[in-house]
Amino acid sequence: MTSPSRAAIHVSGLRKSYGDKVVLDGIDLGIAEGAIFALLGPNGAGKTTTVQILSTLVDADGGEARVLGHDVAREPDAVRELIGVTGQFSAVDNLLTGQENLNLMADLHHLDRPARRRRTAELLQRFDLTREAGKPASMYSGGMRRRLDLAMTLVGNPRVIFLDEPTTGLDPRSRRAMWDVIRDLAADGVTILLTTQYLEEADQLADRIAVLDRGRLVAQGTPDELKRLVPGGHVQLRFADADEFRFAYQVLGAPAHDEASLTIQVPNDGSVRSLRALLDQLDHACVEAVDLSVHQPDLDDVFLALTGQPDRERSTTR
Amino acid sequence: MSTVALAVRDSGTMLRRSLLRMRRYPSMTFMLIGMPVVFLLLFVYVFGGTLGNGLGAASGGHEAYANYVVPGILLMAIAGTAQGTAITVAMDMTEGIIARFRTMAIFRPSVLTGHVLGAVVQTMLGLAVVVGIALLVGFRPNANPVEWLAAAGVLAMTGVALTWLSVALGLAADSVESASNLPMPLVLLPFLGSGFVPTESMPTAVRWFAEYQPFTPIMETLRGLLLGTGIGADAGAAAAWCAGITVVGFLWARRRYNRNTAR
Repeated sequence: MTSPSRAAIHVSGLRKSYGDKVVLDGIDLGIAEGAIFALLGPNGAGKTTTVQILSTLVDADGGEARVLGHDVAREPDAVRELIGVTGQFSAVDNLLTGQENLNLMADLHHLDRPARRRRTAELLQRFDLTREAGKPASMYSGGMRRRLDLAMTLVGNPRVIFLDEPTTGLDPRSRRAMWDVIRDLAADGVTILLTTQYLEEADQLADRIAVLDRGRLVAQGTPDELKRLVPGGHVQLRFADADEFRFAYQVLGAPAHDEASLTIQVPNDGSVRSLRALLDQLDHACVEAVDLSVHQPDLDDVFLALTGQPDRERSTTR
Repeated sequence: MSTVALAVRDSGTMLRRSLLRMRRYPSMTFMLIGMPVVFLLLFVYVFGGTLGNGLGAASGGHEAYANYVVPGILLMAIAGTAQGTAITVAMDMTEGIIARFRTMAIFRPSVLTGHVLGAVVQTMLGLAVVVGIALLVGFRPNANPVEWLAAAGVLAMTGVALTWLSVALGLAADSVESASNLPMPLVLLPFLGSGFVPTESMPTAVRWFAEYQPFTPIMETLRGLLLGTGIGADAGAAAAWCAGITVVGFLWARRRYNRNTAR
């Protein structure tokens, strides 16, 4: 972990409860300057609360949180000078146009008029909003609104940016565009803390990922380290009867299995080549599976591996 | 930048935001100006004949009543705008941009001062329209320019006081609906005072309330300035009430705004 003075974000023993409900139960984080750090977890894990505490919106009940060396509880204004926040719910003024929203931010950052004109034109261009600058934000699509939101966050050139579920609700194309923007920001040396429910998103963007479950950090590491903790992709095979099942079990080298449902799980990345190899292996031994399904690793697997129980909310909504 | 300079600059920015939002959503402003105008016409032309005769002056009827009722209608206009402000503030607090403001290094109460300044501008515009129409329907003030200025000062002072109160009510309300209901008594206060009929004509209990509630000294001061009736101690009482309501509203609003946001 980085030392408190060098870290962009340093958190130790952070706690927060609302009434009886413990939302954060002692969180430790260290985020290096210029890194993209992902907080991964399901709804209600405490991701938003962490962002709210770090961005001075909410006071913690205990523990310490520093942003670029400034304590968020004792020096909130020093922290506010350095950060930008794009929350889960769009933080744009819907009655104002895109240009007016950016002007408002420029005025609150005390830019003079020429600087304001330069900065807002540059951001409109960068986020591909120049053509829509004169329209009220209420008429923007979800993706455009998110881009305007982020452009407003950038007016003050923040050194640390918090992005709370930046791509939730976006279509795949807007999501990819948002990923590119986030990568560009990090390339400029901005530190980014983002929250997400998607392993793929964390994997795509983050240098380090922390997995949050019911207010506790259950794992922290690089995407590769994290994926090593996950059982990974597998193929599930089902057999017609117990004999066939037992035979296949021996042929495939005693993998994970469930005798009651006559299914076997074989580690497999799901590629055509490895699937063909698996089927060839079964063919050679003259075993026939009645059913085959390919399973890619996702957040459910991470949760299963790390907490020993599936992420209930997600599995029930499927 | 010093705190004062920061406060002035950020409040100015937020005032521009409030005015822009009012321009984008003009129906609220029209409604707030329209309501007292409707009441003015109703009271002068429908009730004015009878009520005017009851005032006990030498000349009665519509003309006498038009003069009598205008201060009450002006206060009603201010109270109505305050109700609109409570709704606007409650609606604004549901917007994500408020969370953004809270994470920025700006003069913290500027979100609120922006609303207050915007509402006062809205109030004064509305009052100008109401006074203009009152003059058309027979309001005949005998004030000199200094008295007009003083009357405008009394109205502005009342506007500031009721606006801070309504900002606090808007912040305290748990929904936009309750924000529109909480300030309702303010709109009724001119009726339970010297706004529409002299307090002497009321039953004892109502009369006692009417004479000691804040709107009565304000309306009597306006009457004195515009029509030359006696002012006496009413000016002092009006100023004290306005100052008191402003302080309470400001402190209450600031406390509500500074509370933790997560609900």
